[in-house]
Amino acid sequence: MIAKHEAVLAALLVAAVLAAAAVSPWLIFILTIATAKGIAVLGILLLLRAGQVSFGHALFVAFSAYTVAFLAPVLNDVALLLPLGALAAMALGLVVGAFVVRYREIFFGMLNLALSMVFYSLLEKLYTITHGTDGIRVSLPRFFGMALERHAYEWAVLVTALVLAVACAVFARIYLASPMGQGLSAIKTREARLEFMGVSARLVLLSAYVISALMAGMAGAIIAMTSRHVTPHLGYWTASGELVFIAILGGAGGVIGPFLGAIAFELVRVYAAASFADAWQLILGTTLLLVIMFARGGLWGLVLKLTGRRA
Amino acid sequence: MSGVLLSAKGLRLAFGGVKAADGIDLDVMEGEFLAIIGPNGAGKTTFINMSTGYLKPQGGEISFAGERILGLSPRAIVRKGVGRSFQLPQLFTEHTVLENAALAVASREGFFSALTPLLRPRWREEAMELLERFGLTGIAHTRADALNEGARKLADIAMAVALKPRLLLMDEPTSGVAASEKMAIVERLATVLRDARVTAVFVEHDMEVVGRFADRVAVWSQGRIAALGTPDHILNDPDVRREVIGIETGGSHAAA
Repeated sequence: MIAKHEAVLAALLVAAVLAAAAVSPWLIFILTIATAKGIAVLGILLLLRAGQVSFGHALFVAFSAYTVAFLAPVLNDVALLLPLGALAAMALGLVVGAFVVRYREIFFGMLNLALSMVFYSLLEKLYTITHGTDGIRVSLPRFFGMALERHAYEWAVLVTALVLAVACAVFARIYLASPMGQGLSAIKTREARLEFMGVSARLVLLSAYVISALMAGMAGAIIAMTSRHVTPHLGYWTASGELVFIAILGGAGGVIGPFLGAIAFELVRVYAAASFADAWQLILGTTLLLVIMFARGGLWGLVLKLTGRRA
Repeated sequence: MSGVLLSAKGLRLAFGGVKAADGIDLDVMEGEFLAIIGPNGAGKTTFINMSTGYLKPQGGEISFAGERILGLSPRAIVRKGVGRSFQLPQLFTEHTVLENAALAVASREGFFSALTPLLRPRWREEAMELLERFGLTGIAHTRADALNEGARKLADIAMAVALKPRLLLMDEPTSGVAASEKMAIVERLATVLRDARVTAVFVEHDMEVVGRFADRVAVWSQGRIAALGTPDHILNDPDVRREVIGIETGGSHAAA
């Protein structure tokens, strides 16, 4: 029953995003970025199921975004840039994951942070290649062979992001219900038992890690093609912290939570920054504090409570 | 009983100055129930840990079904047919009993093979059938962290049996279980294992359980096997009764 309930809520959320974008076109940019971040946070959620928090997943967002920026001059089409950026992040996730899944808890989190900061430093220091903190501009890509004018292009990317978000949420739900997904909670509670069942806990975690890198890569590619300007800040530790922040805000109990969290985060940030320029971080921090204190299940938990459902 | 299933030769392992295994030689015969008794710290659990790859002995050899398993990982040893259960049940506490059993069933056949639901009909049916054999169907949908000790022990063993092992090593399967339900649990367990033709080695402190269910008994003392024989022979040995069971005369009693 919860699946049907989730499907209805997901459909309502997608409709609300499209309606908001239609009514206020200036929101298209914000909602596209929010949807992209929601996809990245969905990957974080998979790792949270295993009790592991990554403080370095902006690495994959930035890696994909820079892949898009480097490839754009020669392959300037969303249909090519998006999959190539995402696959590049997934490949990096496989390499990094093979190393970090040997560690747990704080070591896992900090190793991810350290590796993301190494990449951030490279982006910043290798000026001749990356243009340092100036970043790289991405010219307006074609959309599946079509040269769209800017407004139509922004709509096309938003719809693409929403389609990917729904596909990723459906996949994550199926994955979490499978033995592999259930194995993630098993890692959190009795990892040794998995080994004595003939199952490699590292392989279970690695599979989730690679999927999470792929999702972060999709997010990075969408962000690069939306903002059309990539800078090292995409890989900075605060960007990774933001993803964890959104995961807690949205709630880790369901696959819609990351998207609720991301949309709420971006909207609060935009409106708070516009209304209280010097205090938007205070407002965001207070929001998170309230969620942690009074709604442990995050926004998704609140939605379930309000609609009389249990996770 | 037929040939040797598990064979340990000259196993040695010391933790600092404490010899947990000091030249263990033991052959476990296919089809038998072998009980391991002895005081705490004698090295009984160490033997199970070495046989399942959790600890690596400093010397000696271990083979299973004629194949050397020394140095293999617990995963590899499990896949060869050696299962184990734990003194402290190792259940996945966020899952129900049924999900725990289904995870064990799924791990045997294609944990990584497909994105199919854990409770798909085939795995669910096999898990339910397993729980039925262990008398756990009434608590199939109870979360593992809400079970009493007896149910936790049985569920823990059921997960090991789900892997269809040829040899099952059980570390104190009745410890912590209420005296009133102990014999019923062991009776059910013995029936399941004999029906599934599983050879069993179990560490046990209750001599009544040992006398009733073991085919042979090995007495552990300071990392060595002090005596090995039938329950009648071992449990009536004056030295064993004094040193292990802790009584000078009379019938068999549960050790502390």
